[in-house]
Amino acid sequence: MMNSLLGAVESGLIYALMALGVYITFRILDFPDLTVDGSFTTGGAIAAVMITEGASPWIATICAFFGGLAAGALTGLLHTKGKINGLLSGILMMIALYSINMRIMGKPNVGLLGETTMFSSLSPLLLMPFVVVAVKLLLDLFLHTELGLALRATGDNQRMIRSFGAHTDNTIIMGLSLSNGLVALSGALIAQQSGFADISAGIGMIVIGLASVIIGEAIFGARTVFFATLAAVLGSIVYRIVVALALRIEWLEQTDLKLITAVIVIFALVIPSVHRSWKQKGLARKRSAEIVALHEKQGLGGER
Amino acid sequence: MLRISHVSKLFHAGSPDEKIALTDINLHLNSGDFITVIGSNGAGKSTLMNMISGVLKPDIGNILIDGNDITNLPEHKRSRWIGRVFQDPMAGTAPHMTIEENLAMAYSRGQNRGLHIGVSSKRRTLFKEQLSRLGIGLEDRLRAKVGTLSGGERQALSLLMATFTKPQILLLDEHTAALDPARAELVTRLTQNIVSELNLTTLMVTHNMEQAIRLGNRLIMMDGGKIILDVNESVKADLTMEHLLGEFERISGHKLADDRVVLG
Repeated sequence: MMNSLLGAVESGLIYALMALGVYITFRILDFPDLTVDGSFTTGGAIAAVMITEGASPWIATICAFFGGLAAGALTGLLHTKGKINGLLSGILMMIALYSINMRIMGKPNVGLLGETTMFSSLSPLLLMPFVVVAVKLLLDLFLHTELGLALRATGDNQRMIRSFGAHTDNTIIMGLSLSNGLVALSGALIAQQSGFADISAGIGMIVIGLASVIIGEAIFGARTVFFATLAAVLGSIVYRIVVALALRIEWLEQTDLKLITAVIVIFALVIPSVHRSWKQKGLARKRSAEIVALHEKQGLGGER
Repeated sequence: MLRISHVSKLFHAGSPDEKIALTDINLHLNSGDFITVIGSNGAGKSTLMNMISGVLKPDIGNILIDGNDITNLPEHKRSRWIGRVFQDPMAGTAPHMTIEENLAMAYSRGQNRGLHIGVSSKRRTLFKEQLSRLGIGLEDRLRAKVGTLSGGERQALSLLMATFTKPQILLLDEHTAALDPARAELVTRLTQNIVSELNLTTLMVTHNMEQAIRLGNRLIMMDGGKIILDVNESVKADLTMEHLLGEFERISGHKLADDRVVLG
């Protein structure tokens, strides 16, 4: 039990980088970016191949990050310059990346057993907290720079930020690029943690990212950028713990996981909006009643 | 300062919905001019604004600022010279960002945005000082999300954001139309103060006839994509509403038809 929980925290921390990437596109840019499913695998593929070819795991991981940056930038170009619908740009890129990932790896699975990885000398549980906190704080800082403000405004009010001289095509490309860079970084680290890169590693990754972001926001709130990124990180860990617990239920299969994830996301998306509309209805009813009562008190009520 | 020469614009060219938005518009704004623009629905007032700010490109004709031809410059590149306040109070600000963050974005107008922190403590002092000039207490709410402000407060903030880097040209597109009378009056007063203080060259579209006569030093009237009347300062001083409406009917041959027109 304890072991599986520690394992969950460990992978939660690594997947947290992916969740931060999804936070950038989904929450900041308001752009559901399916590139993630491909770029996660790209990150793993680049890192695994470079490491097996003898590159230092640090260099390999950084190159994976850059691979993700490039993939995201291409999705951004498709969307902004090619004027392709956002969802479709992501899907196109995801499909294209499948072939590219296969070319990078040369086979569907590249093993890393016996290779030196980032985690050879330091266990993920010790290294990852530092990496995640550093990335989170850097991202917070970036989102408060002039460029970061323009990025956030692009998702909030494009027309407004254009009238203040920001080229929104560029901010969208930048956001998608940064997001997929983080996703690929996460993919590279997951490959090193699990000891292999697999062509199907990224399938469903966007939904897991969304689940993490949404669960995090629901539990920890997202009032400011600081809390929103914190929520994405913690949400990723909570998600892994939930999955670990779910897998202990006897009649559940490993392959049921994606269904569980989808159900979590659906609930997390539906409940807040239902809750909001109930609250609004209740408030409106209460206020109306108050106003009616006030009028009756003043003798202004209608005829009986 | 701003010269619009022979600008025409057609919407839906070649389709059954083809509509002439502007026909051979010529307009010259001198530095420091404050022009009010009135006209009926579909007269081309908003199209003219969009043309100047770069949201739309003219089919023919040129637009020059300070002698530089900006006809083909995209909106984000023109923004260095042009400040704009929209009719919709939601349009000019980012609702999920704080007041100070919104101001920081306005502060970076026309500059390359880099990795400097948007809201430094030095800038925060400046923002506070500028906000306090609005006199509506926003200086104490720097970290409030703009979405929590009322329409009037947002419009006052938009006005400040549009002007505080002192743009060469200020475009006001019915910026008080969506507000209740008291708030509209407040924003109008702020507009007057800011424009005269910074001596901004201003073009203001309004549906409020009284306001159009009272504000500014020049008044133009548009109808059917043309400027049909251009009233200079000395004539404008003696202008009355009846006179203006009469002129409109005489020149255009029909009544001023604007469902939102406010006479006073």
